[in-house]
Amino acid sequence: MVKKDIMEEIAKANKSVIKGVDKKDIEHWATIYIMGKAYRVPADLTIMQAMEYAGYKFIRSCGCRAGFCGACSTIYRLKGDYKLQTAMACQTRVEDGMYLVQLPFSPAEKPIYDIDTVEYEENSFLKYFPEIARCVSCNTCTKACPQDLEVMDFIQAALRGDFKKVAELSFDCIQCGLCAIRCPAEIVQYNVAQFGRIMYGKYGFKENEFLEKRVTEIKEGKFDKEFKRLLSLSGNKIVDVYKKQQATKSKYLKKGGKK
Amino acid sequence: MSKMIDLSKEADEFLKKIEELSGEKITSCIQCGICSGSCPMINEMDLTPAQIMLMTLLGQKEELLKSKSIWICASCYTCTVRCPRELDLSKVAEALRQVKLRLSIDRIDINKMDKADLEELPPIALVSAFRKFTG
Amino acid sequence: MKIPYYPGCTLKTKAKNFERSSIAVAEMLGVELVELPKWNCCGVVHSLTSDDLIHHLAPIRNLVRVQEMNEEKLVEDEFRLVTLCSMCYNTLKRSNLRFIENYEEREKINSIMEREEDYKGNVKVVHFLEILRDIGYDKISDKIKKPLDKLKIAVYYGCNLLRPKEVGIDDPENPDILETLFESLGAEVTLFPYKKMCCGSYQTVLDKESVADLTYNILSNAKEHHAEIVVTSCPLCAFNLDNRQEIVRSKHSEFKAIPVVYFSQLMALAFGLNIEICGFDSNYISALPLLKKKGYLKNK
Repeated sequence: MVKKDIMEEIAKANKSVIKGVDKKDIEHWATIYIMGKAYRVPADLTIMQAMEYAGYKFIRSCGCRAGFCGACSTIYRLKGDYKLQTAMACQTRVEDGMYLVQLPFSPAEKPIYDIDTVEYEENSFLKYFPEIARCVSCNTCTKACPQDLEVMDFIQAALRGDFKKVAELSFDCIQCGLCAIRCPAEIVQYNVAQFGRIMYGKYGFKENEFLEKRVTEIKEGKFDKEFKRLLSLSGNKIVDVYKKQQATKSKYLKKGGKK
Repeated sequence: MSKMIDLSKEADEFLKKIEELSGEKITSCIQCGICSGSCPMINEMDLTPAQIMLMTLLGQKEELLKSKSIWICASCYTCTVRCPRELDLSKVAEALRQVKLRLSIDRIDINKMDKADLEELPPIALVSAFRKFTG
Repeated sequence: MKIPYYPGCTLKTKAKNFERSSIAVAEMLGVELVELPKWNCCGVVHSLTSDDLIHHLAPIRNLVRVQEMNEEKLVEDEFRLVTLCSMCYNTLKRSNLRFIENYEEREKINSIMEREEDYKGNVKVVHFLEILRDIGYDKISDKIKKPLDKLKIAVYYGCNLLRPKEVGIDDPENPDILETLFESLGAEVTLFPYKKMCCGSYQTVLDKESVADLTYNILSNAKEHHAEIVVTSCPLCAFNLDNRQEIVRSKHSEFKAIPVVYFSQLMALAFGLNIEICGFDSNYISALPLLKKKGYLKNK
């Protein structure tokens, strides 16, 4: 009884994807194999939805459902293809003959460092992540990345202490851990990248001059009057002000940023 | 009257494996000792390069794999350019190291390395050492 | 003349002065070293087992970049790849030879690289010293502003520039390319029997004491022959012979430090380039006191 309720809940949740389509109207079905067991699922579901459709309930391996949190790493193979594929379960549609399993967790070692005392030097990466020197440039990490990042290239940049390049190339990393699971040199690429971004943010990134100017303006009280006015408004009035501001903003943006 | 040395099956297999991994015909070594006389690391070694060749020929796996020498070799190729039989001993040493490394027995524990060393050493040293000493 | 150039990791980190001086020297001689737009660590040591292919991916990938540079017209029909580091040179060149000779293995490597353009086997790996030799020592002599005639120099080859035979840039037993270069710069090149004896290479990670012993032997030999400064062409030799003098001095109180510099640093000095470009202050044992004593820094 409980199970049926859950299934109904899930069916409801999936409406966003199979919008306006009733179960009896579903024409396309796919057979997927979850940890070896075959399930028939609607073909337009994501892997995550399909697993829920099949009766799995996620207590791990599931987070934002929007491709940002990196919790739902999945590995799979397709029938007749030797390649081991990687994906985020919430972002990838099921395919017929998919053998898959979720990775609930990627074991990884993260060294402890204090960013206030770490030296911003060319060997800093090697000091905390000496294993990056084991990289053989096989490119398996890049192939595994569901974000299409050039993972190997930022590890190579780390090896030569290029914080900027590490930060830029790894900017869209969601820390799913698929690179680390596949690496023959046992590097934990996403922790290396995080170290690079944090350090570049703190020491390498030039502060924007406008920010400094604005902070000074705030300190000097340029906006005090306006703040006072806003704080004195009632809730409804604030909503009005906000809507008005947003409308002006979208008009401004439509004009391509020209006043 | 001639005497023959019969290798055990295991010893013979080990010799074949090293010959295959190194691509060198170890049986053609004439034990002239030029390799040992040329080796810059000889003072640190427990087995000389010539001994390594002979012991490989005899398939003495255990003694070879526990010797320090195979890890002391710095792949400087001095013996390689001097061997009158044109044998590449650096490849034999690498094959012996690989037998161990492929069993996941590393020579260096990266986790235990001194942080000050990691800061000081240039990448060229770390990359090469990890290639030679970890599997 | 524009030539694709592979810097390697150490010249971008601990030995920036080696790179800076080399690029400046090349420029003086009309050679533009065009860094590969993208490159990866070559692996430093050539993989020596017959069945191992994965460790050749790194060098071969870099050779593919040379093909791409030609396609993108970053260089004009120039398939030579220049290295400044002896170990990069050795590793790139040996892998290159292996896969030029072995078509079947090259196909395998190409299929493993997958996303990469196929390597066609048309790149030639050269060391910067070979480029200098090709330019001609008389042309190098023409550029001299401060002849090195006040210096007694020992030239140190190390291993990877000379051995094994098939990749050596000179006679493995009796090289003279560095001697000729420095003589053309006006220097007195001393006899140095240990010039091609190994410095211990990567053993410096596992056993710095024995590397320090080798450093002691090598440098003592240079000093016995009255050398005042040692020149090398490999960043790892440079590190071992330079930085490991700290241990040498703690073991042998009578040992006096001797500066060990990259060949390009002294070339930059001879060409009259700015002292910052020479980068002598980045070496562990500074050559500056010696150079000052000899009158090379008078105008500073």
